[in-house]
Amino acid sequence: MRSYRAIVSARFRMLLQYRAAAAAGFGTQLFWGLIRVMIFEAFYRSTTAAQPMTLPQVVDYIWLGQATFVMTLTYYMDLDIMAMVRSGTVVYELLRPLDLYALWFSRSVASRAAPTLLRALPMLAVAGLFFGLRPPASAASGAAWLLSLAGALLLSCAISTLLSVSLLWTIAGEGLSQIVGFAGMLLSGMVIPLPLFPDWAQAVLNVLPFRGLLDIPARLYSGNLPPSEAFPLFVHQLAWTGGLVALGRLLLARGTRRLVVQGG
Amino acid sequence: MPQIVVEDLKKTFRVAERQPGLWGACRGLFARRQRIVHALDGISFSVQPGELVGYIGPNGAGKSTTVKILAGILVPDSGRCEVLGRVPWRERVATVAQIGAVFGQRTQLWWDLPVIESFDLLREIYRVPTASYVRVRDELIEMLDLAPLLDVPVRQLSLGQRMRCDLTASLLHSPSLVYLDEPTIGLDAVSKLALRGFIRRMNQDRGVTVLLTTHDMDDIEALCSRVIVISQGRILSDGTLQELRSRVTPERWLIVALVEPDGEISDPDAPIIKRTGGRVYLRFDPGRVSAADLIGRIASRHAIRDLFVESPPIEEMVARIYREEAACGHTGR
Amino acid sequence: MRDDIRLYLRYVGVSVRGQMQYPASFIMLSIGHLLATGGEFLGIWALIHRFGSLRGWSLAEVGLLYGIVSIAFSISDATSRGFDAFAGMLKRGDFDRVLLRPRSSALQLAGQELTMRRVGRLSQALAVLLWSASALGAIWSPIKAALVAGAILGGACLFFGLIVLQATTAFLTTESLEIFNTVTYGGVETAQFPLSIYRPWFRRFFTAVIPLAFVSYFPALAILNRPAPPVLPWVAPLAGLIFLAIALRVWHFGVRHYCSTGS
Repeated sequence: MRSYRAIVSARFRMLLQYRAAAAAGFGTQLFWGLIRVMIFEAFYRSTTAAQPMTLPQVVDYIWLGQATFVMTLTYYMDLDIMAMVRSGTVVYELLRPLDLYALWFSRSVASRAAPTLLRALPMLAVAGLFFGLRPPASAASGAAWLLSLAGALLLSCAISTLLSVSLLWTIAGEGLSQIVGFAGMLLSGMVIPLPLFPDWAQAVLNVLPFRGLLDIPARLYSGNLPPSEAFPLFVHQLAWTGGLVALGRLLLARGTRRLVVQGG
Repeated sequence: MPQIVVEDLKKTFRVAERQPGLWGACRGLFARRQRIVHALDGISFSVQPGELVGYIGPNGAGKSTTVKILAGILVPDSGRCEVLGRVPWRERVATVAQIGAVFGQRTQLWWDLPVIESFDLLREIYRVPTASYVRVRDELIEMLDLAPLLDVPVRQLSLGQRMRCDLTASLLHSPSLVYLDEPTIGLDAVSKLALRGFIRRMNQDRGVTVLLTTHDMDDIEALCSRVIVISQGRILSDGTLQELRSRVTPERWLIVALVEPDGEISDPDAPIIKRTGGRVYLRFDPGRVSAADLIGRIASRHAIRDLFVESPPIEEMVARIYREEAACGHTGR
Repeated sequence: MRDDIRLYLRYVGVSVRGQMQYPASFIMLSIGHLLATGGEFLGIWALIHRFGSLRGWSLAEVGLLYGIVSIAFSISDATSRGFDAFAGMLKRGDFDRVLLRPRSSALQLAGQELTMRRVGRLSQALAVLLWSASALGAIWSPIKAALVAGAILGGACLFFGLIVLQATTAFLTTESLEIFNTVTYGGVETAQFPLSIYRPWFRRFFTAVIPLAFVSYFPALAILNRPAPPVLPWVAPLAGLIFLAIALRVWHFGVRHYCSTGS
């Protein structure tokens, strides 16, 4: 586990470059994707031994990761929420007769939707035309992929909303979001496709929620995980999403009561 | 041998105009519309060693543009300029090594460092020989009563304290010429007096030439024997303070807030200039009617909530000069 | 020149003392930085372990490249904060004060901060370099050791030059251009692996446009006794110094432009 802890470093730096959830430079991502494709190409050419993924599947994986990066892997806290908590005005939000969690969750969804489309479509096009991205392995794979993308979006929003809620408990939430961002990048397969991690790590990786962000959709797309196995994977995504939503709502309710009791 | 010579200095800026709305922003990416601002339109003056010159004018008149050119950090479009015998922008380092500058809004000290460390760092930057540095520094510390502040980080100083430290910092390398840009802005009355006293001593005892840009007429009255008035890039007046005063008829404003905001108010000696913000602005000549008399008359005849007596802002005075100049057919030189 | 160095050292002293005022924070940040960067090589290890080699380059050989590039970058990263943050300084109008002082603006910006926590990356890269050096055993000689030092120095100059160029663009646009971050961090990533594995146009970019290959790949070839052009690897690190010199020229043009057009 330690050994892969932060291969992320390079990716973490990439995270640091992004100023806001939607600010990933198109060119930057193209560049990064390309470098990694070339590196993996070189690795694959260094051996004839069979691997858990084929090179073309790795290439698909990499580009899908870049294309959906904004949607799935940026946990920059909603800056408005952060400012509200710092200044204390969040109290007004909390006291409104609204379902605050639902509000924050939908903000999360909204803030990802447009930038994602803006980024993903051109990136998929360019990668498909020039850099080795293939179409989905089959119609069924494609459908499974799209469904899992929706699941990934919901999962990602559940995580980020939970992080926003955590701000009510500790202002160190900023550090927390960085750590989670870190972990998310690594454990979702963004840095190295999960199947290429050492074999003994696979069990843990398959249980954690993060694989639902990229690993599941990407492998469904390329057929590395056949459509027949899609159902349990959806369950994995939705179960974690549901659990994190429940936790988020719970913490929000507790946090609200705490604030109200303490008088802000 | 003048320390500053400015001859027919001109400077225009191109300001990109931002177009409103999303469509405008898109268009802005391709073709920026530009506005030309004539910051300086041919100004000329010279300053002799030891003078304490006030440089006044409304906002946007060209004051800071002038100072930047004199400091060598801005290049004019045309005209001649020499500071201490050098062309400032061509020999920036040599010029700047011999002048001091204080900008009221920004400090030159390091925010997180104790004051004394900022001084030491500046000594290194200005390459001041140790012996003279220690002497000058200690004299200034004593003169400005900075001893209790030396170990305090600059960010913890009050505005008045910071200004004193900034002024000291600008003198550590014993420059013969100093530019002060709004040094008293934002200070309370006591600090202003103290600072003015110090500037006067600097100039009279040590012979430091001072170019003081300010909005505050009290600064001018207290310190400057000579006043240059600039407006819209042109010099309107350059002479002693008495000369300046005599050109403008004396005037004071009485600002009245009536109990009834739209109420009637009038006085034979005080014509109304304007009504705005629930207040009535009356103009009067303190030579013809004293403020006390006028206030007494008005208060006895009307229901007053509040009132103030003020000097008209510089803009007014300058505008008046401008109009008088135009009326007399001069263009102000 | 001598008092420029003295001034720089004084700046560094001020900066270091400032950071040492919060020792706990410094230690935590350094450790965080170490962890963030430390796993990098472990990742490379794991991949080489799975695939056997990287196009015939062993782990120790890749480690040599990695060590050189990473150390060079961490040196530059630690010393270039003034330029890195220049766009903000320009926006706040604080650059005028720099120009009002009788020293070079580049020197003042260079001295603004020595970011101590980069020692995290530096130490792990050094560890990798030392391990690789010992694993490579018999190939060493004093001249080769000097070449390593030269490559590191040249690399640090190269990365510093990139940051200077990035800062210069702030005179024209108000935001730091993304592209420089891309090239810098992308460059670090790229140079950690032998250049030969990349596609031709990519190789050409990092040889001719940004002479990254000169401060990492070519010297490594010579050190590892791999086939290389005859003289080139030994003088290649100079490319980094030349790049920095060019970048500083461009910077001075930028300052002149700023003085002509005002802020």
